This record gives sequence, structure tokens and C-alpha cells, in this order.
Amino acid sequence: MLKTRIIPCLDVADGRVVKGVNFVGLRDAGDPVESAKAYDAAGADEICFLDIHATHENRGTMFDVVQRTAEQCFVPLTVGGGVRTKEDVRDLLLAGADKVSFNSAAVARPAVVAEAADQFGSQCIVVAIDAKTVAPGKWEIFTHGGRKETGIDAVAFAKTVVAKGAGEILLTSMDRDGTKSGFNLPLTKAISDAVNVPVIASGGVGTLDHLVEGVTKGGASAVLAASIFHFGEFTVQEAKEHMAAAGIPMRLS
Amino acid sequence: MLTAIIDYESGNLHSAEKAFQRMAQETNAGEVIVTGDADVVARADRIVLPGDGAFPACAAALRGHSGLFDALREAVEDKGRPFLGICVGMQLMATRGREYEDTKGLDWVGGEVVKITPKDPSLKVPHMGWNDLVIDNPHPVFDGIQTGDHTYFVHSYQFHVADSAQRLAHVDYAGDITAVIGRDTMVGMQFHPEKSQDTGLRLIANFLNWAP
Repeated sequence: MLKTRIIPCLDVADGRVVKGVNFVGLRDAGDPVESAKAYDAAGADEICFLDIHATHENRGTMFDVVQRTAEQCFVPLTVGGGVRTKEDVRDLLLAGADKVSFNSAAVARPAVVAEAADQFGSQCIVVAIDAKTVAPGKWEIFTHGGRKETGIDAVAFAKTVVAKGAGEILLTSMDRDGTKSGFNLPLTKAISDAVNVPVIASGGVGTLDHLVEGVTKGGASAVLAASIFHFGEFTVQEAKEHMAAAGIPMRLS
Repeated sequence: MLTAIIDYESGNLHSAEKAFQRMAQETNAGEVIVTGDADVVARADRIVLPGDGAFPACAAALRGHSGLFDALREAVEDKGRPFLGICVGMQLMATRGREYEDTKGLDWVGGEVVKITPKDPSLKVPHMGWNDLVIDNPHPVFDGIQTGDHTYFVHSYQFHVADSAQRLAHVDYAGDITAVIGRDTMVGMQFHPEKSQDTGLRLIANFLNWAP
């Protein structure tokens, strides 16, 4: 049986982890590679890097981080942030990413998803959707870290990018991100029901029950979290055991 | 001992290279190189064929490197060199693929590669993530591996094997999905051993030390 995935996400800026990871025994808690290795050893099902200050000038540092991670972690790695063209996808794949995530660029020009999927296959193309509730049962896409309103319906957009070849949706509830009040479950459910590819729920996790709800009520295939793991509140293994106890199929090692 | 990972420009080989090199070093299994050179493939002691993306594109890319394609066939078919296909590299071992269009495979293991259609319509395609293996037929590459061990899958098409004796393991996704195939000196893995943590590294080590 396919297991629900737990994906720790590391925000990276200029080659360093932004929200420091508070693991015991890390030589350098700011080094994304060290953090990724710790999560790999802890049984993470995948690891996600988000380059939050991606510019043309500092792309090289991210390639280096991805390359060093891929040399040492034999677990799937998704990389996002500042990905604009299929050439960006190619560069990250060659550096060692397994999946590459589009965000604002897919909103500005959805065709880029098809260009990348046609060349590299849907299996490695993720579209990250940042959405906020604008009315009950209605959600819109926001870009630029949630600051820029687009007026685009999130459910319709998800269908569009999947039709263009996205193999997975990384859905962040912008009105929940950082609140620790749980995923936006109606949004997660609406997107998960609308598309036939896996949906990763993100944004708002504060407790292990929130992870459970993302799957049982939101219909997510995977859950992504940052701070609850980074600050040592819970281990990946504790999260897995909690979800398994709630009846969700998990990979327990 | 030389293991050649074939580079025919169909996917990221960086992780595969590192994983095979690490396990070759740990088990004294010789040298591992990524190559698109037919001469290197011809003299390799074992061969790994990776592959990501669509079956027709991968098949065309492999055939497009004609020297490489011939060297691969000769090494595996005539000389019986141990061979491992990974993901689409495994699917290419089939008689034919039915992704977008009918495409001829290597026809090393009889069967077809068809779209995954789970009996439970709520299940997502691609089949993406960790699934637990059910071993159907014992094989040296399973040394230390048991039914219930997890490996990482990401694919939308599956290999329907004609002869059940050649299906070595499967996983459940509202129906069986072929996970490992094999005959003679050939094995294929639908999942990514280079992304499957300890279980995957063990499978790689087993292949590198397999002496059929």
C-alpha cells in the first residue's frame, strides 16, 4: 500500500538555512546539507528546499547545496524558489534535484509547466500554489510570498496546471502559514478533489493532529512542515507514529 | 570490475552515480562510471540503464545513440553481462510500451507497459511515494530484503509481465503494480533504489555483487 509522505521543508537563502534547525549534534545548523542529512537519517520521506531569495546572481550557491545534498542523501529532493524557465528546471535536475517546483512563473505563464513537463516528464514537475480564502468556499492565488493578489481562482488554476503536465501540487494555505492553527482543510479538500495528481498540504501546522487532518479531512497525499520539525518540537518519527495511530498508512522504520 | 551507468540523456544520473559508487566502495565491487561511450559499455562487467520521462522519448533517445544501443544489446544478449534497468530503464525491457503511442522495447522480458488505472478511482496517478514490496519469486538481489520493505516510486505507467515467473516483486495500489522483474542475467526495478534510503542501497549492493 502507498504510504502518506512527511516532507520537512528547509527555507534557504544564499546557501544558508533561514529558520535554523535545532537538532542535537548538528555541526552547522545553518548548512542545508547538514539539515537534510539529519532529516534523511530521521526517516523523512522526501526533503524540500525552498530558495527564498533566488536571483540570477545567487543561483550558483543553490546548485552547490543541491549537488552536495544529492551526493549524501539517498532520499527524494524537491527544489523550488525562483524557478522561471525549463532551463532553470534542467539546471536543478542536473544538480541532483528529483523534482522542481514552479510558483509565480506558472501563474504568470502556465505554458512553462507544459514546456518543462514535455521535456523532463510530469513526474519531476511540481507546481506550488499559494492560496488564500477570499469568500467561503472560494480561494484565490497570491504570489510574491502572499503579498500580491492575482484574482485567479485556486481550484481552476490547479486544474489548468495539471492539464499542462504538473505531476504534483504543493498547496500552501497562505492565510494559515505561520499561524500554527492547522491547514486550510476546505481549500486542501477542494484542490485534492479537483485534480488526479498528488497534493502536498502545507501551511499552518502546529500539532501532529493537524498533519492527520490534512490527510483524513483534506485528502492530501503528503504533508509538508517546517517549524514543528526544525525547532525540535516533534521528530519525524513521532509524527509518523501519531499519524499511523490515527489509521493513516505510514512508512515506519 | 567495471559498472557502467548508461547516459543517453534521459534524466538525472547524479544520485544514481553517487549511490552506486558508494555501495561499490563499501562492498569492494570495483569502479562505477556514468558513460555515453559505446566502447566503455562494451567492456563493462555490468550495466545499469536508468531512465526518466516518457517511454517513447527514452526509447528514441536510446536508439538514437546507435553505437550505444548496439553495445548494450551485445553485452546483455550475447555476453550475458549482469544488467539492471531502473524506472523507465526497466520499462524499456518490455516487448512494447503503450504510452502515447505503441513503441517497441528491448523485448527482454515479455509484456507491455500501460497506464496505471487503479481500481479505486480516488487513488492518484502518478503512483508517487513509498510502497511496501511483496516478493513473488526469490532472487539474489533480494538478499537481506524482505516483503514489507519500502522503496520509492514515481511513475504513471506500469509493466504488465506476461510470464509470472519473471515478476520478482510487486506492490499494491488497488491492484498489483510490478516492482521488480528479471530473467537470466537481467533485472529491472520500477522504483528508484538510489532514492530508497537503506533498502535501496542494499538492493544496489546486491546487484553490484550478483554473479549470475
